[in-house]
Amino acid sequence: MERILIKGGRLIDPASGIDAVKDILVEGSKIAKIGSGLNTDDVTLINAEGMLIFPGLIDMHVHLREPGFEYKETIESGTKSAAAGGFTTVACMPNTYPVIDSPAMVEYIYLKAEKEGHVKVKPVAAITKGQQGEELSPIGELVQYGAAAFSDDGHPVSSSNLMRRAMEYASMWDALIISHCEDPELSRDGVMNEGEMSTMLGMRGIPSVAEETMVAREIALSRYTGCRVHIAHISTKASVEMVRRAKAEGIRISAEAAPHHFSLTDAAVDGYSSMTKVNPPLRSGEDVEAVIRGLKDGTVDAIATDHAPHHRDDKEVEYSMAAFGISGLETAVPLAVTHLLRPGVLTPLQLAERMSLAPAKLLKLDAGYIAEGGPADITIIDPEAEITVDTEKFLSKGKNSPFDGMRLWGRVVHTIVEGRMV
Amino acid sequence: MRIKNLLGIRDLENEDILQILDTAVLMKPIMETKNKRTNYLLGKIMVTLFYEPSTRTRVSFELAAKYLGATITNISTSASSVMKGETLIDTARTLQAMGVDVVVMRHPMTAAHRLLDQYLDAVIINAGDGINEHPTQALLDMFTIREKKGTLKGLKVVIAGDILHSRVARSNIWGLTRLGARVALAGPATLIPKGIERMGVEVYHDIKQAAVDADVIMGLRIQLERQKNGLFPSLREYNMLFGIDDKVLEVAKEDVLIMHPGPTNRGVEMSSEIIDSESSAIEEQVTNGVAVRMALLYLLTREGVS
Repeated sequence: MERILIKGGRLIDPASGIDAVKDILVEGSKIAKIGSGLNTDDVTLINAEGMLIFPGLIDMHVHLREPGFEYKETIESGTKSAAAGGFTTVACMPNTYPVIDSPAMVEYIYLKAEKEGHVKVKPVAAITKGQQGEELSPIGELVQYGAAAFSDDGHPVSSSNLMRRAMEYASMWDALIISHCEDPELSRDGVMNEGEMSTMLGMRGIPSVAEETMVAREIALSRYTGCRVHIAHISTKASVEMVRRAKAEGIRISAEAAPHHFSLTDAAVDGYSSMTKVNPPLRSGEDVEAVIRGLKDGTVDAIATDHAPHHRDDKEVEYSMAAFGISGLETAVPLAVTHLLRPGVLTPLQLAERMSLAPAKLLKLDAGYIAEGGPADITIIDPEAEITVDTEKFLSKGKNSPFDGMRLWGRVVHTIVEGRMV
Repeated sequence: MRIKNLLGIRDLENEDILQILDTAVLMKPIMETKNKRTNYLLGKIMVTLFYEPSTRTRVSFELAAKYLGATITNISTSASSVMKGETLIDTARTLQAMGVDVVVMRHPMTAAHRLLDQYLDAVIINAGDGINEHPTQALLDMFTIREKKGTLKGLKVVIAGDILHSRVARSNIWGLTRLGARVALAGPATLIPKGIERMGVEVYHDIKQAAVDADVIMGLRIQLERQKNGLFPSLREYNMLFGIDDKVLEVAKEDVLIMHPGPTNRGVEMSSEIIDSESSAIEEQVTNGVAVRMALLYLLTREGVS
């Protein structure tokens, strides 16, 4: 049995509230022992002095593009990127070709991930067949096959009636519905946030209300059906406030924020780099502050990258023609360290909760904690390391990132998945 | 010139704008000579690349180039070819390989010219990009105002109509505010883009309020298709609320200058009486457009190409 001894690191376990220097002994796929002054022969030794030891990070929102768009990313390359970014589990969205809307497709993702994956992969299945917004996917059967959640990500269910039925139906298994909140009528033709910047740059805007009207709908439907609903990539101030109020009311709503939505404003679009084109778009400074406040007080439960890798052919075109999306797995930790941890917005415990424990709970995974006997999914982060983002060195096939060349703090030193260093 | 290309008025310093306008003053007499021919651009190749239909802008550039002795080639294409044809980068590479000196492009997408610039050494002149900028139109408008009024500083310029979709308005706002004019916008709330006050303009939803003491009133072309998109109910109501007529002129300064980038919808943006009146500079704008484009071609090819 392979053994790893992590010595002298600062163990951060939000599940137990432990934030202390501890040694961790990993045996096989489990954590064998946690304590002080652990010493054993015949182990791979990791000197973790000055490092943060997090439960393996979980990204509940990535696009692995396989099957159908392997030129953008594959399960192999996407999970390699995830491992480099510190993620031990990723939940992949169903907007592949074919769409993940059948047991066969869920099975395919699991098999492919087992064969070629570097981290654990949990498929999110479509709410509606083919993400067409017309008929429900076989949600019950998909749950049995291990669908982690349900979402028509990128093609929001526009029929309120169908969404209501999906929530009622999914609630039989207490399944999680992930909603990409966007009213396509309101966002039509838009390429960036609507506001002073879009006006100055002469570009068509995506108004904040395109998101907010749908957030309001999902909250109302969740209240009515009792279904667990998760707001994907929340990006506006009013959305955060609605979720905060809904939670106070006891509605079973949760939310995630993407790193680019807490680290960049729409001012980054000035210069017209298509790398800044993402949906929902980079928002105003006020919105960014609200997302950060939401992360701080827990209104926003999780950080999820919305990793959206693209081929350069999809980005090296006119801004309006360029694909939406940012390749986010390999910059998530440095952005969180730089914008949340170092300024003191989040404590290490809170950051570990947003990036590991909370998504584990939402997806009902046996993960997100570090305890004796628990799974050996561990992420070791050096919060003091200074890095310069170099997209050419990304392991993801998608080099599309607005952070290229940026100096940030925080480096993922080791990612351990089920006791294996990956 | 300090700049290599003309992509937008936003990129220009005050002295760049003034240099172009001053040079245009020298170019205008050439158009009035019998011969109408100089050799400033002899041996230079100008390509016009229009992804949107245009008559006046394209002809204006062609005449300007001809008066300066350049050789001209047109590439005709359509907006639909943007979607399915050769990518803009490949078009740029082709033009680069052919060794052209100046590319005048109109493109339906904002900032397409910046992409072109990354792959092309030639001088690039923006003849309109999406809803963003139409810098040569703004330059000819500023030239016309300056010619008539002597200066732009301190003037009140009203721009009325569909500001949201107007690259003419955006370019004029950048230029006019930079040169010290006071810009007032008038239009229905649906056609005024969010946060435009930040560009240093006043916004009115009542044309008569906007026009008080105006030195210049500029109408913009209103497109019928906007009605179908629910942006205003009818051309009739648009004319009733925002049309420029005698009543509007009553509140403006006596010597108010009436302008329009054309083509006009008579009786919609403004009445025929006003279009054809003494106050109207609409035809002179067209003449001045050639002079301004000559100035630009001259300045950018003379010092802009390394």
